[in-house]
Amino acid sequence: MENPKSEIKIPTMAEMAAEGKEPEILFWVGCAGSFDERARKITRDICKILHHVGISYAVLGTEEGCTGDPAKRAGNEFLFQMQAMMTIQLLDGYNIKKIVTGCPHCFNTIKNEYPGLGGNYEVIHHTQLIQQLINDGKLKAEGGESFKGKRITYHDPCYLGRGNNVYEAPRAALEFLDTELIEMKRCKSNGLCCGAGGAQMFKEPEPGKKDINMERVADVIEAKAQVVAAACPFCMTMLTDGIKHQDKQQEIQVLDIAEITVKANGL
Amino acid sequence: MIAQFIFIIVLAAAVYLFSKNVAKIRRNILLGRDVNRSDQPALRWKVMAKVALGQTKMTKRPVAAVMHFFIYVGFIIINLEVLEIMIDGIFGSHRIFSNPLGGLYGFLIGAFEVLAVLVLVACVVFLCRRNLIRLKRFSGTEMTQWPKSDANYILITEVLLMTAFLTMNAADYKLQLLHFEHYVKAGSFPVSSLLAPVLPNNASALVIVERVCWWFHIIGILCFLNYLPYSKHFHILLAFPNTYYSNLNPKGKLTNMASVTTEVKAMLDPSFVPETTGEPGRFGAKDVTDLTWKNLMEAYTCTECGRCTSVCPANITGKLLSPRKIMMDTRDRITEVGNNIDKHGKDYHDGKALLGDYISREEIWACTTCNACTEACPVNINPLEIITELRRYAVMEESQAPASLNNMFGNIENNGAPWKYSQADRFNWASEQ
Ligand code: SF4
Ligand code: SF4
Repeated sequence: MENPKSEIKIPTMAEMAAEGKEPEILFWVGCAGSFDERARKITRDICKILHHVGISYAVLGTEEGCTGDPAKRAGNEFLFQMQAMMTIQLLDGYNIKKIVTGCPHCFNTIKNEYPGLGGNYEVIHHTQLIQQLINDGKLKAEGGESFKGKRITYHDPCYLGRGNNVYEAPRAALEFLDTELIEMKRCKSNGLCCGAGGAQMFKEPEPGKKDINMERVADVIEAKAQVVAAACPFCMTMLTDGIKHQDKQQEIQVLDIAEITVKANGL
Repeated sequence: MIAQFIFIIVLAAAVYLFSKNVAKIRRNILLGRDVNRSDQPALRWKVMAKVALGQTKMTKRPVAAVMHFFIYVGFIIINLEVLEIMIDGIFGSHRIFSNPLGGLYGFLIGAFEVLAVLVLVACVVFLCRRNLIRLKRFSGTEMTQWPKSDANYILITEVLLMTAFLTMNAADYKLQLLHFEHYVKAGSFPVSSLLAPVLPNNASALVIVERVCWWFHIIGILCFLNYLPYSKHFHILLAFPNTYYSNLNPKGKLTNMASVTTEVKAMLDPSFVPETTGEPGRFGAKDVTDLTWKNLMEAYTCTECGRCTSVCPANITGKLLSPRKIMMDTRDRITEVGNNIDKHGKDYHDGKALLGDYISREEIWACTTCNACTEACPVNINPLEIITELRRYAVMEESQAPASLNNMFGNIENNGAPWKYSQADRFNWASEQ
């Protein structure tokens, strides 16, 4: 069934600037959110939420580029700083003050590593935005699928959790839906990485006994979750692959917090 | 009189040797590059009080935490007793605090005895965990003969010291009951009085037991002190400065390299005039002297407990990488560099390096930068920082990244994304359903 509400026009910074307008917040999509098939859907869902609550926002569209995070973690500081300085020029050119990201890696880099290079912005991750919207009463859980009593577990992305101590916002967004939030044996500050960080996403793993995502998916299966909630496009890929590999895609869904929010509100 | 003389000589020698070795370690640490870790002193004191003094990060593993706490508290408090031993040793007195402290003295000695038993129990449990139960955390490629023996030596020494302490008290107690010579009634002996029956009843034999244990106890402690600089047990001292100089930034934040900033600015803006910043260093780290003094201090602080390795996703899944090994290799290498300086002067190069001779490329490329190791470390050590510096060297100085990562760099450079997609397609998601 087609949902007419999903046909929304996404505003870009360039268009806004041409009309002499400045949005309240920039939605930084990120490379995965722009190119990865599954992540693109999550990107559109984040836009649906922004649209639904009526925040004035815009994206950079084709002007956006890599923050430089994977280059930096892989040791290529030159490339990182080149990307960072070009991005800062772009952001400052549009006089951007506040940014919401769809990716914990972009979030971490812009928030923590850009200030030292002259880029100072207020940066939040989309799960934090969702929590704020819920707290402000702007986002309800009505008109969509019910998650009441569903066994959902949350996989902490390293760069949101340990990296920046954001543990509660994503959980609050899930608890708001009256789900049965269950924790895996390794969670929060003890959470296990999905295996994609530090530029591992872009290379083959070193020889070993097994892949890291399989180790993590074993935790998900052990927790007997119906849904594993993610908040990072790379975790999304790793978890989805792992669950497929275990042939569990019938029993366990992998959903981003933004997707769950959109479903719960029928957006 | 002769006893006092011997005691003073032994004490002076022990203190001298210890300070010499500590000075050497300090010199080695300062071979590292400079980094500013002196901002926000109030917060730093707080972190130190919490993590080192309060041992808050130990609580994640409750059994180890409780046992370690016994040893820690026991050791600190029983060392008050050592103060008395020192004074007695120098002035030839016996239990000099018993008179001025009166009733409190009895209570203190009683408390020391209870603690000594707790320390004994904890040491035995730890020895069992290492040698009988063989916890996985205490094995691994880096846990070769020496680190394994090191841990056992320490535990056995502590068992012996505590046993000597209790036997000494038992003999003293018995002599007190006999009203023998200067063994006046002092202290209370809730534990050692139970040992009394196994000791001889003859006063002169008791005096021998008491004196032998007294000397064994104090010389044991002085030997232990001098063993510290060679051992993972050095953490009992370095844990404090190491946590004081902790990284206070969010864990996700990596340092931006100032030397690179200058070059990138010059590339983007030809009119940019860089400030001259002295000699151009290496990008990243090839050897230990390219690391910061804080990295090196951490290497000397590492207790080889393996908490980091046991939570490392790479290690758990059978990769070669072990964050504990990163720290132990760094320590071994900086010790070697220091010894070379002592032997051959400061310009000597042995042709070896941390990257390659100690830590392999396979290890550094397996890291996901997940920060599980830094989170787990009870004394706030950061193995990830060293891994990152080694990667920086491999990429920027040697151009030796794995081929797939070089592709990723190329993509970012050419089309602004780590994959080979055209920049023009970046906004296509908006027009899909
Ligand atoms: S940051 Fe690297 S070394 Fe540390 S636990 Fe994670 S993968 Fe292991
Ligand atoms: S780095 Fe920390 S956690 Fe790892 S072995 Fe050393 S002391 Fe233990």
